[in-house]
Amino acid sequence: MNLRKLAVAASVAAIGLSAALTTPAAFAAEEQFFPVLAYRTGAYAPNGAPWANGFVDYMKLTNARGGVNGVKLIWEECETGYATDRGVECYERLKGKHGGATAVQPLSTGITFALTEKAPGDKIPVITAGYGRSESQNGAVFGWNFPLVGTYWMGADVLVQHIAKKEGGFDKLKGKKVALVYHDSPYGKEPIALLQERAKMHGFEVQLLPVAHPGVEQKATWLQIRQSKPDYVFLWGWGVMNSTSIKEAQATGYPREKMYGVWWSGAEPDVKDVGDGAKGYNALAMQHGAEPNAKVIKDVLSLVHAKGQGTGPKEEVGQVLYMRGLISAMLQVEGVRAAQGRYGKGKHITGEQMRWGLENISLDQKALDALGFAGVMRPVQTSCLDHMGSAWARIHTWDGKKWNFSSDWYQGDEKVLRPMVMLASSKYAEEKKIKPRTPEDCKK
Amino acid sequence: MSFFLETLLGGLMSGMLYSLVALGFVLIYKASGVFNFAQGAMVLFAALSMARFSEWIPQWLGMDNLFMANLLAFAISVVVMFTVAWLVERLVLRHLVNQEGATLLMATLGIAYFLDGVGQTIFGSDIYKIDVGMPKEPVMMLENIFEGGILINKEDFVAAFISALLVVALSIFFQKTATGRALRAVADDHQAAQSIGIPLDRIWVIVWCVAGITALVAGIIWGSKLGAQFSLSTVALRALPVVILGGLTSVPGAIIGGLIIGVGEKISEVYLGPMVGGGIEIWFAYMLALMFLLFRPQGLFGEKIIDRV
Amino acid sequence: MFYRENGQFKTSYQADQQIFPIPQDRWVILGIVAFAFFGIPLLVDEYLFRAILIPFLILSLAALGVNILVGYCGQITLGAGAFMAVGAYAAYNFLIRVSGMPMLGAILLGGITAALVGIVFGIPSLRVRGLYLAVATLAAQFFWDWAFLRVKWFTNDASSGSVSVANLQLFNWSIESPTDKYLFCLGILVVLGLMAKNLVRGSIGRQWMAIRDMDVAATVIGIRPLYAKLSAFAVSSFYVGVAGGLWGFVHLGSWEPAAFSIDRSFQLLFMVIIGGMGSIVGSFFGAAFIVILPIFLNQMLPLVGGLFGLEVSIALVSHVEIMIFGALIIFFLIVEPHGIARLWSTAREKLRLWPFPH
Repeated sequence: MNLRKLAVAASVAAIGLSAALTTPAAFAAEEQFFPVLAYRTGAYAPNGAPWANGFVDYMKLTNARGGVNGVKLIWEECETGYATDRGVECYERLKGKHGGATAVQPLSTGITFALTEKAPGDKIPVITAGYGRSESQNGAVFGWNFPLVGTYWMGADVLVQHIAKKEGGFDKLKGKKVALVYHDSPYGKEPIALLQERAKMHGFEVQLLPVAHPGVEQKATWLQIRQSKPDYVFLWGWGVMNSTSIKEAQATGYPREKMYGVWWSGAEPDVKDVGDGAKGYNALAMQHGAEPNAKVIKDVLSLVHAKGQGTGPKEEVGQVLYMRGLISAMLQVEGVRAAQGRYGKGKHITGEQMRWGLENISLDQKALDALGFAGVMRPVQTSCLDHMGSAWARIHTWDGKKWNFSSDWYQGDEKVLRPMVMLASSKYAEEKKIKPRTPEDCKK
Repeated sequence: MSFFLETLLGGLMSGMLYSLVALGFVLIYKASGVFNFAQGAMVLFAALSMARFSEWIPQWLGMDNLFMANLLAFAISVVVMFTVAWLVERLVLRHLVNQEGATLLMATLGIAYFLDGVGQTIFGSDIYKIDVGMPKEPVMMLENIFEGGILINKEDFVAAFISALLVVALSIFFQKTATGRALRAVADDHQAAQSIGIPLDRIWVIVWCVAGITALVAGIIWGSKLGAQFSLSTVALRALPVVILGGLTSVPGAIIGGLIIGVGEKISEVYLGPMVGGGIEIWFAYMLALMFLLFRPQGLFGEKIIDRV
Repeated sequence: MFYRENGQFKTSYQADQQIFPIPQDRWVILGIVAFAFFGIPLLVDEYLFRAILIPFLILSLAALGVNILVGYCGQITLGAGAFMAVGAYAAYNFLIRVSGMPMLGAILLGGITAALVGIVFGIPSLRVRGLYLAVATLAAQFFWDWAFLRVKWFTNDASSGSVSVANLQLFNWSIESPTDKYLFCLGILVVLGLMAKNLVRGSIGRQWMAIRDMDVAATVIGIRPLYAKLSAFAVSSFYVGVAGGLWGFVHLGSWEPAAFSIDRSFQLLFMVIIGGMGSIVGSFFGAAFIVILPIFLNQMLPLVGGLFGLEVSIALVSHVEIMIFGALIIFFLIVEPHGIARLWSTAREKLRLWPFPH
């Protein structure tokens, strides 16, 4: 008797429990969860905050436009402070919430490295639009990393192409000297391999000048530049290091016109408190620059900010890092849309399905125009083996008040990049004992 | 040769800037035996306050005079730093009298966290500009002696000059005024000072106020160079080798130590750095200080440590 | 009442000298360890494991090491992060360069390497003392931060300078799931913790404490400061190095020198001072306080804000988090300058007499 009662109670409880478990799942079917790892405090906050604002604003815009085929986006922010262990904690905290994280964008090379180890186990794609490890472009080895739209090797390649054009051809680079002032961390070291490769090809010299975190003490660095008088200075900084470099360049009289920053060293926070001193300073534009006139920005202003729902200050909308966040969110949303195309429109997408979506993003100019990115971006086409999808970039220049484009479009040179990516990724695969995916695996 | 002189000058000037932060450490250690790790946070807090008030005041008052705005912002920041000093004494130090050095050190780290949080909550965490009209463009000098001349960074020059002025002012304050003498008496022996009627708690407030003002001056100079932003609090780490090299209890030690460290790290970075890949200046400064310590464990000008059983 | 020693008679010297002479203590500790091994894996979800428990275990181990040096031998160090880095990178190099090296062996060898490096960086302690030494240990911190970034050999020529390990295995046990990782760290912690407890009770521990309390007096009674101080540096660095290896291998999986930056050194010193200097159990309290509190605040503040109908921005949350963190440190130091461990022992004294206060 007692036993029977117990069995009944147990089965009732089990049914209740499973019901309780399935209800949120059914509910979550119309929602898609985007974790946001941001940093709005600490040494890198001036650069982290606009990115996060752009990212969140785009999700708000997407919801205002009716979601992704009706699926609403939900999100939660977690503060990493640009620290790896806090970033890992945030990832662990958010990955299981609201039916599971769709994808994660850490906005820090250090956190990216740590998550690269964890993501395959959890089956959550790591999107690193414009940062992270360059060899992760090879989707066969790095199945869950997506350095969409740009890697540092590609960026450095474009910079070399640009100075070659300035000098009048690659053969004119012979005997020239390029100094790389870089943040002394995996982030800053990324371009070195490519620059050395290119230096060997064209016979120019690379001078490496590391700057210790957080980059406020650069006097010795710029004394060395004054001594060696390089023809160009490439700047690979982040946060307060960027503005300090420009100020030191001014103080040692190095012409700003010959300085070229990476796309993380070319935004408003880097130059605005230098003002006129930064006039003529150039930086890579990861396709987009500051885009106050883009249609998508007007949409954000009218559909989000006009209703008082803007995430950050209104002046920031359309600035460089804000746009970077916006585009990062857009690529993730488009990944969801692509995945829905295969796994069912209006359905909730899991991390694994999301990977397929990200590997099959196909944004032609028409689709970009429809989203409001006309003139901002060039088409993106990813595949299972190419996780970058687009290798276009251009240069923009600070005129003392705003960023203006000062070059035509460049494309990273596949002939240089591809062998390097393959070499580095196969070394990684060997170390980790990963069996690269074949084209057949990709179809699954 | 001219490049060597430039490096040397550059080193001396950064040295003066380090001294400015180091002074804050020395003042507080001398008068209360507290190794104040919050000095960096105080520099940041003061710089943020200066930057933000000089931005807000013109908006509030509707005026357009940069000089007046800076002056008012400076005055308000002085008041802010005095308040911080008073609160620190009232809420923290008073309750920790006679505790071990490590406990006090930890307490100042707590203060540093707190100030970082408060500062960013009130003033924001963006990069803010301090514009006190420091010259930015370099000048060339001695062009008739050396080929190409020597490049002088005017901003550093002005900053070093201000630091020197501050040091002179502090020395006069310590040597010639009654309060200064009281401070020195407290530094020599708490109990003896108390027994002749010097109020300890008031002295502590005063010394934290003075340290607050040095932090403000350091904050303005560093802030106008680098922009007022969170990273400013890390300048404290650059100033630590200066303090231990010069001796924790010596004002002139902070200056000489600053100059030695400044010159040492610039010369090492420029001449030794390229051989080992660069970026050595920060640990080189610490190693340099350590080398000196092995010969004089109390720092160059510190009071001799005498052990009694 | 429950914690009274009346009626417990020791009949042998050995019984009086064991680690936990009071049976209640013994049973409670055994119970906690047993619960940690068998109970927690059943109760806890993945987030708690990965984000809180594993970091807590590893950092307790590091704090234990720092406590040996700071709390027992009285040598303040701000370079503990560097020794974690040495442990982690040495273990990595042993693992990839020596074929057939087991993972546990690599981690222990990493700890031994850290111990050797610790001895070298401990030499100044023979001459320099107190705060001067504390700042001098920063030299180790900045030097190793730099060395692991610059010397390519340490990172096996990785172009970015970041290294990673995978496929952790102990004999035939593949350490993959968070529960496995937790149990692995717990096992190491229990063994090394017990060893530390025994070390500090033994002759070497007493020498350390004599040096801490008054080194001139200790020398007079025949303790060699060279041996005592350097052995403290070595043992401490071994613990910290092993913790560093675990942090890299088990917790992060892939790391760069920034994982062991100066903030980590400060954090470890915090743990020791908040937890209680010169107390093994204090290291655990300190680690718990420092690891869990910020995360707890970070998650609680939005909820608290929600109660009052406020939408708290993430920036404000993290600012308030560090404010409260700083304030709590000051509060604890004022209430109990000797750390949480002292609160704990006071409570135990009270309990011993309860319900009769005298």
